[in-house]
Amino acid sequence: MLPEVLGENPTALAVNERVPDGIIGATIAVDGPVLFIAPERIVSVCRVLKDEAGFECFSAITGVDWWPQEPRFEIVYFLRSLRHNTRLRLSVKLAEGEPLDSVTEVWRGANWYEREVFDLFGVPFRNHPNLERIMMPADWEGHPLRKDYPVHGHRYSYQDE
Amino acid sequence: MIEGKAHVESLDAEHELAVGDVSGIDVPEEQKVSPARRMTLNMGPQHPSTHGVLRVVLELDGETILKARPEIGYLHTGIEKEAETKKYQQVVPLTDRVDYLSNLINNLCYALAVERLLSLEIPPFAQWMRVILCELQRIESHLVWLGTHALDIGAMSVYFYCFREREEILKIKEMFSGQRMMTSYIRPGGLALEPPRGWHKMISKFMERIPNAVDEFENLLAANPIWVNRTKGVGRVPLEVMLDLGVTGPLLRAAGLKIDVRKDTPYSSYEQFDFEVPTRTANDVYARFEVRMEEMRQSIRIINQALAGMPSGPWKANAPHIVLPDRENMKTHMESLIYHFKIVTEGFRVPAGSVYQVVESPRGELGYYVVSDSTANPHRVFMRTPSFGNLQSLGPMVENGLIADSIAAMGSIDFVLGDVDR
Repeated sequence: MLPEVLGENPTALAVNERVPDGIIGATIAVDGPVLFIAPERIVSVCRVLKDEAGFECFSAITGVDWWPQEPRFEIVYFLRSLRHNTRLRLSVKLAEGEPLDSVTEVWRGANWYEREVFDLFGVPFRNHPNLERIMMPADWEGHPLRKDYPVHGHRYSYQDE
Repeated sequence: MIEGKAHVESLDAEHELAVGDVSGIDVPEEQKVSPARRMTLNMGPQHPSTHGVLRVVLELDGETILKARPEIGYLHTGIEKEAETKKYQQVVPLTDRVDYLSNLINNLCYALAVERLLSLEIPPFAQWMRVILCELQRIESHLVWLGTHALDIGAMSVYFYCFREREEILKIKEMFSGQRMMTSYIRPGGLALEPPRGWHKMISKFMERIPNAVDEFENLLAANPIWVNRTKGVGRVPLEVMLDLGVTGPLLRAAGLKIDVRKDTPYSSYEQFDFEVPTRTANDVYARFEVRMEEMRQSIRIINQALAGMPSGPWKANAPHIVLPDRENMKTHMESLIYHFKIVTEGFRVPAGSVYQVVESPRGELGYYVVSDSTANPHRVFMRTPSFGNLQSLGPMVENGLIADSIAAMGSIDFVLGDVDR
């Protein structure tokens, strides 16, 4: 069942036909539709979007931390179709530590964006070709864009020693 | 002999450890060399032709690059994290520092995103003023690109000519905002200050000289045999690969794809201007040079149209709870003083929701994803910067080429490391 807000959205219909349990919700943001995707279906949904719905152009992936709400992380995919001149946002909700399948096999450009989400949010990606830190040094501890990560560095106290 | 072989094997093992996983890149059979002949070379992070702090790990066979792996993050300053701790109006100076060669366009993108969440209408005068300033910024950015790109390839005088013209644009920016680079001039709700007296004359004067200057720069390089030999047929990447990698902007236009955010999804009244999207099909460094030169001419065209048909009216939106009041009104009107106090101390609340706003930066598609949780601080600001996507194409662009060609290819991507690392 497609969420009602989408109406007769052709992209959502195409995805729903091929991956029936892919879309689990939707909203209409001020700049266009946002589809909420089941985490385990993300790769097959992206494959359909690229091969059949014309979203050949990949823009970006990022994360949002909703701590202390649960599920904590929201991974957002920005897609663009040159053929139809439209944009689409996908959103996947994840609990802390829960891995997500990498979409690098669909769009090679997802490589660095997924590394960035891994680095700054600590979301692990399965089947990623090179999942290493990209912004922070390799021996860095913690994930800076998490909401419980301090902005101004850890307080250091001599009494701790 | 046996010892030597073992040595080669251990070199190979060490080498694999050093270079890491570079899967997905196939080396042709004839390019495969014995591991002993391979060399790993660190280019950067302090190499002058990387225009900042980019490190590229090159795997070489003689002078041929087998694999190139860009290493980024040396300029990561945590701008996105910082933005979450600021109020909406305090994020504007941070956006200046993302791409330090197109500050106003970053300001504009952020301002448009916040205005869309607020459903704020911007008066026509402010919209046209933004267009003029952003196109000046595009010319400025392309002048820096042309000067440094030519300098990398060995044409030193172009650099001085480009910076001479750029200086005029910096003077215009200083006249408007008091700052040469980090202007913060475009803010949610309109502009930061009223445009100064004589701005029209100053920009018109610059518009008289810049078309000749662009022609002059093109004459210096376009038929120059050294320039042509160094750039033609260099740095090719198939178009499908570029789309796959998230490459945008002049690189795609030089491969024959006519895309431009200003045309596809117009913002800030770009639909009212008449301009072309230049394309080439050669898909090499020379084609990118031609596209960017043509883009400067189109920017001049847009500015001339805007100067001729400038609408009159206010330079900021009528939204007293978002836009700071006039200084004079604050001295006579109590409401203005209250609004000023409230905006400065508490900021303004933005309705909950999220927006992804894209604009065309000199480097490609620039997007700001702003998430609001109905407080005065943004919950998340993500910057989809064009350089980050474009830099991913560096590997495919320089592999199986010579080291010298990689310098030309890097210049043609036109990345800004502040834009990559944020």
